[in-house]
Amino acid sequence: MEKQLSPDEKLEALWQGVLSPKDPQGNDLQFQSPEAEANYKARITRIKDTIQLKEPDRVPVTILPSMFPYLNAGITVEEAMYDYDKCTAAFKEFILEFEPDMHIGASVAGPGKFYEILDYKLYAWPGHGVAPEHSYQCLEGEYMKADEYDALIQDPSNFWRSVYMPRIFGALEGFKMLNPLTTILEMYGLAIFLLQYGLPPVQAAYKALLEAGDEALKWIGAMGGSDGELATLGYPTLLGGFTKAPFDVIGDTLRGTKGIMLDIFRQPDKLLAAMEAITPIMIGMGVGAAQQTGHPLIFMPLHKGADGFLSDEQFKKFYWPTFRQVMMGLISEGCIPFPALEGHWDSRLKVIQDVPKGKTAWMVDQSDMVKAKGTLGKNACLIGNVSSSMLNLGTPQEVRDYAKKLIDTVGKGGGFIMSNGAFFDQAKPENVKAMVDTAKEYGVYK
Amino acid sequence: MSKKLVKAIADMREEEALKLVKEMVESGSDPMAILDFAREAMAIVGQRYDEGTYFLPELMLAGEMLNQITDIVKPKLTKVPEVERRGKVLIGTVEGDIHDIGKNIVSFMLDVNGFDVLDLGVDVAPQKFVEAIGDFQPQVVGLSGFLTLSFDAMKEAVEAIKAAGLRDGVKIMIGGGQVDDKIQEYAGADAYGKDAMAGVSLAQKWLGVK
Repeated sequence: MEKQLSPDEKLEALWQGVLSPKDPQGNDLQFQSPEAEANYKARITRIKDTIQLKEPDRVPVTILPSMFPYLNAGITVEEAMYDYDKCTAAFKEFILEFEPDMHIGASVAGPGKFYEILDYKLYAWPGHGVAPEHSYQCLEGEYMKADEYDALIQDPSNFWRSVYMPRIFGALEGFKMLNPLTTILEMYGLAIFLLQYGLPPVQAAYKALLEAGDEALKWIGAMGGSDGELATLGYPTLLGGFTKAPFDVIGDTLRGTKGIMLDIFRQPDKLLAAMEAITPIMIGMGVGAAQQTGHPLIFMPLHKGADGFLSDEQFKKFYWPTFRQVMMGLISEGCIPFPALEGHWDSRLKVIQDVPKGKTAWMVDQSDMVKAKGTLGKNACLIGNVSSSMLNLGTPQEVRDYAKKLIDTVGKGGGFIMSNGAFFDQAKPENVKAMVDTAKEYGVYK
Repeated sequence: MSKKLVKAIADMREEEALKLVKEMVESGSDPMAILDFAREAMAIVGQRYDEGTYFLPELMLAGEMLNQITDIVKPKLTKVPEVERRGKVLIGTVEGDIHDIGKNIVSFMLDVNGFDVLDLGVDVAPQKFVEAIGDFQPQVVGLSGFLTLSFDAMKEAVEAIKAAGLRDGVKIMIGGGQVDDKIQEYAGADAYGKDAMAGVSLAQKWLGVK
């Protein structure tokens, strides 16, 4: 029998994988210079030590932008979404200009044409509801109705395909007609359960999906090529993929903010059961992505658990248990949960500090970093939290002063990665540079 | 019955509250009085939110209860109820930004605190704010924005208000995810609010309420 790897061994295997990168043919990646190779490995080791709460050689620095790389390179968000070469060229320019220790790839813009083919209705994007130079934005709604919890709980995948997808993709309306795949049992009845695949709306949906798949492949080729090229230049990405806290899965894009808040009172048991049903699915999503990409960090954007959304009691009952379960599930498969505490989370720090030591890395937006260090930071690496306001409107000197303060307080003893705190589109490049340079110059551990 | 109704709404017992309202309507209670009780309960909800015992779920459920009660009572109303208002606040998410959750909460809290609120929605062009100031004559204007692009959009809205000669007649407050004093200064606003209650406090201060 094959020996089962422990969670730590699985994680170490992922680290070893990123430390010895391969090209698309599976051969050892050829770096552009010995210096690039040394930088690449030093950067990964720096990040790895920091996440494991060991003191690295210096405070690592990353930049976690939204549309900034494209806008900074002088192209619009629309161009970045529709012209993959322009998108990756802009991203390369961004990396070479700021030289972070870790990046999250050029894929933030996403493939515009792909969304068009599917007639994606969940977001507005350039040319489809927002201006060319603006970021895409979510169109909140009740994409799952209040009385659909049972359908979701009983068969989440079928609910997603036959109910949710036809609502968010105009081109996939036909999926409404499909039977659950679990009807496929034996010879008798088989053709009856599958006859919908012969109907024109279903065939149109599949045609759209095939076309969208072609476009996605074209796009991912460009993105993968970009990551690969940046690796040869010494700049690693460690981002494996993303997943979400179950409360946000339901609150963000299924029931919507108002819907989920009302469900807390009107149907709390169903809400809890639905979150439990999707917890293993969210674990699987992150683990699958890490295995596919070979990168250990699984991003988790956190929204409706922030200060002010829920009471402490509601947070502990509805948000935290399944969020923690997803993190624990990821960790047991060797992944590193990378949650982003968007907004303020000061009132949650004492609850969320209950994570295994050195296994997670948290992007911190506007929470008090010193308080975060004294709580969550005892067990987890903190990433952040130079504000969008400062990066936009501050001076390089202000940024340097703030970054130094972070290094002196949060950086003490390791466990801190310098970064912006919130995803941003606009910033003064000299301020971004000041943040990076301060980590490199002032953040050296002695 | 009336005290029971106020308490049921304020304590988030939706079914009981709606049942009481139906009973009161059937037994011939004054529909205006029922609405007054509902409003009294909303003030308690607002107060508990301000104190930090209530959060978004309570605000949203309170709003839903008020809507349902209004729907039940409406057919019985003989005249449109006139509520004494403490002042007018114009609010909207600035151009290019379509985030509305924060703005809606501020609108709700202003409303339950007695302000007459005109909400222009999201992605509001500077000129629209200008026109609405002319028509609605607010004392306070609230600009909301979540994205970094909204910093410039807020500035543009304030400048358009200034260019139209309306700046001196209104106090302008801003709010949203990344907003702080630096952005307030950049946009040329009079103040920023960290949360919905801060918005209410600003409006109260400017209008000399309490």
